[in-house]
Amino acid sequence: MKKLVITSENIKFLKKINELADQDITLCEQCGTCSGSCPMVADMDITPSQIMRMVQLGDLDVLNSKAIWVCASCYSCTVRCPRNLDVSKVAEALRQVYLRKALDYVEIKKIPKYELVSLPQIAIVSACRKFTG
Amino acid sequence: MKIGVYVCHCGGNISEVVDIKRVMKFAEQQGDVVLVKEHAHMCSDVARKMLVDDIKEHNLDKVVIAACSPQFHGRTFMGTVEKAGLSPYVMEMANIREQCSWPHYYEPEYATKKAKDIVRMAIAKARLDEPLEKKTSPIGKRVLVIGAGIAGIQAALDLGDAGFKVYLVEKEPSIGGKMVKLSRTFPTEDCAACILSPKMADVPANPNIELLTNTEIESISGFLGNYDVVAVKKPRYVDTSKCTACDKCAEVCPVVVPNEHDEGLSSRKAIYLPNPIAVPHSYVLDDKTCLGLFPLACSKCYDVCDPGAINYDQKPERLNFTVDTIIVATGYEIFDPRKKKVYEFARSKNIITALDLERLISLEAEGTSLRPIGKRIAFIQCVGSRDELVGNEYCSRICCMYATKLSQLLKRADPKRDVYVFYIDLRAYGKGFEEYYKRAQRTGVKFIRGRVAELHEDKRTNKVTLKVEDTLTRDIIESEFDLVVLSVGLRPSPGTLKIADTLRLIKSPGGWLQEAHPKFRPVDTLADGVFICGCAQGPKDIPDTVAQASAAAARAIRLMNKGEFEVDPITAFVDEELCSGCGICAGVCPYDAITIELKQGKRVSRVNEVVCQGCGACVAACPSGAQQQRWFMTPQLHAMLSAALGEEVS
Repeated sequence: MKKLVITSENIKFLKKINELADQDITLCEQCGTCSGSCPMVADMDITPSQIMRMVQLGDLDVLNSKAIWVCASCYSCTVRCPRNLDVSKVAEALRQVYLRKALDYVEIKKIPKYELVSLPQIAIVSACRKFTG
Repeated sequence: MKIGVYVCHCGGNISEVVDIKRVMKFAEQQGDVVLVKEHAHMCSDVARKMLVDDIKEHNLDKVVIAACSPQFHGRTFMGTVEKAGLSPYVMEMANIREQCSWPHYYEPEYATKKAKDIVRMAIAKARLDEPLEKKTSPIGKRVLVIGAGIAGIQAALDLGDAGFKVYLVEKEPSIGGKMVKLSRTFPTEDCAACILSPKMADVPANPNIELLTNTEIESISGFLGNYDVVAVKKPRYVDTSKCTACDKCAEVCPVVVPNEHDEGLSSRKAIYLPNPIAVPHSYVLDDKTCLGLFPLACSKCYDVCDPGAINYDQKPERLNFTVDTIIVATGYEIFDPRKKKVYEFARSKNIITALDLERLISLEAEGTSLRPIGKRIAFIQCVGSRDELVGNEYCSRICCMYATKLSQLLKRADPKRDVYVFYIDLRAYGKGFEEYYKRAQRTGVKFIRGRVAELHEDKRTNKVTLKVEDTLTRDIIESEFDLVVLSVGLRPSPGTLKIADTLRLIKSPGGWLQEAHPKFRPVDTLADGVFICGCAQGPKDIPDTVAQASAAAARAIRLMNKGEFEVDPITAFVDEELCSGCGICAGVCPYDAITIELKQGKRVSRVNEVVCQGCGACVAACPSGAQQQRWFMTPQLHAMLSAALGEEVS
């Protein structure tokens, strides 16, 4: 089992997500309405309510979850949240934080020329945009 | 003039922020101040004794207490000053806690400066204080109790037993309210009707209670000790003294309509007995569905009534009476689950409210089964409670326990049933509630933590599928049930909202009636002589309701028992020389305390000092300065302003 040590770093992470999403995530009461409403939840590794909980605790592991990328931004969670929290926006904030790390997944120089020629332009553009965050 | 100034530490609440010594030194320099003292707790017995001794020893004629808000301890110090032989109205409180040390906790230097200003203002006002005379007004022993659910019944019985004249008004044809509908009560599982019916029977048996069923309040005017009530008694078309409840009329009545007592699950006739334990125990004719009350069209009930109790010619009757105090016990209604669209209520016969289930269980106990309940049953908690989407932020308090009760009653009746309760938090806060929750778990009811996201009915099988996350394991559950019970929350009843307007009572968020003080005056309202109890004040269970009803009765008795009551002298009054009789003051008065009268051919405003609550609205509105308010006279307020602005005050 993972051991979570709560430090000021965790609170900083919560504050950052709160600011980016313009939500007070601490207000989530963990009722699970978002997860029950989510059409993509079957393909997620953690549920939307778990994402909210991990952000509440400032658990940085939430950034490595697949769920934030599986989210289709359909807003089902947002329209049903009984505390009026915008859960979709929280997932969007997490995606932003991840992208701003500007991690290199694709290095264009390393792609062989023959492959580069056959790649669709839009794929190269979107790969490059991820570097800019 | 000799003014004594006392600065309170409030056990550190003030002294940790405000420099008490500097405030005291500043107070000493003010004119007319002859004595300045400090104390850790001015409200303590020791300090108040010191205050009494000082007033006598130093012949103080004005006192300034720099401490907390007058809302908090104003009455305390007024009493102390009165004990020393002064008028309570020569005491001024300088609020250096709520308005100074608390909000300026992190700026002690500024707080000290502000404390000095506040003290100087209080001294300036105290200089102009004049002793005011307390007046008394006579009061009788008549009470109006509005609503005859368990709260109103309890309050009426307590008052009646204590020898007070009670008018118990109920808009329905029978008393008993919502409790009549319940199967059993948590956590003791007493049969609700069995414990309620003796109390209901006590009401007509009590010689001091005048029971007015089928009656609605039309208007209430007046004030403490003199409330004029106008009520309308709707025609019942059946003479309660003659009706023997033989049921012959209902047998022949051709009109069939849904029965409100069974939440519409069963049917009744247009002439019917409101419920099996109805008080008064008499049939009533529903004129909205009766075939026209026209003997030529249908007079079947009239023809079979042996005692001749039916009278088609009854007309609404206006009743006028005067009472001294009023108790409001107008109760609640259940949340309409159609407003929560994802729960598909009214689209499937297998999605019902908890109140429907109460009726099903009660009727089953009586031997009539309206419908099969099924083998797989789910309870959904917090329907219409703790939900900002439907505008109800509050917790309805009773749903956790009634679901715990209903679920285990179903499970015990048939152990083969699968009973699940889907909850967010299970709030078992009351006496014996946690034990009762444990009993439900032991019975085999499954509690799953998660709010149900959506419901779907399979149109072929009529089974209902619910989707929910178990927030403890994070599994998504999609499961089929025979019956889904919505644990609906409470809302103030239409009667509660209406009476709040009639009596001008303040409402708290959610529309519940607001008490005068949440801790120390929980059944009083800001309207003198009007008390509240039961679910009109907020959602609560039966024991809390009964306790509150008795409390409201006791508070009403406290006012009436002496035969007279004190009238606060802080009221408005008119300088008739200046008054032009324009009537603006009468228009703004929220208590209808002001009338415009002709006096020697001149129109002048007159304030009824018993009704006036001293709000000051008329004083602010008066264009000529003719309206003044005692203890808050214009020169006093000017002196305070001058002191605040740092001008020299003479």
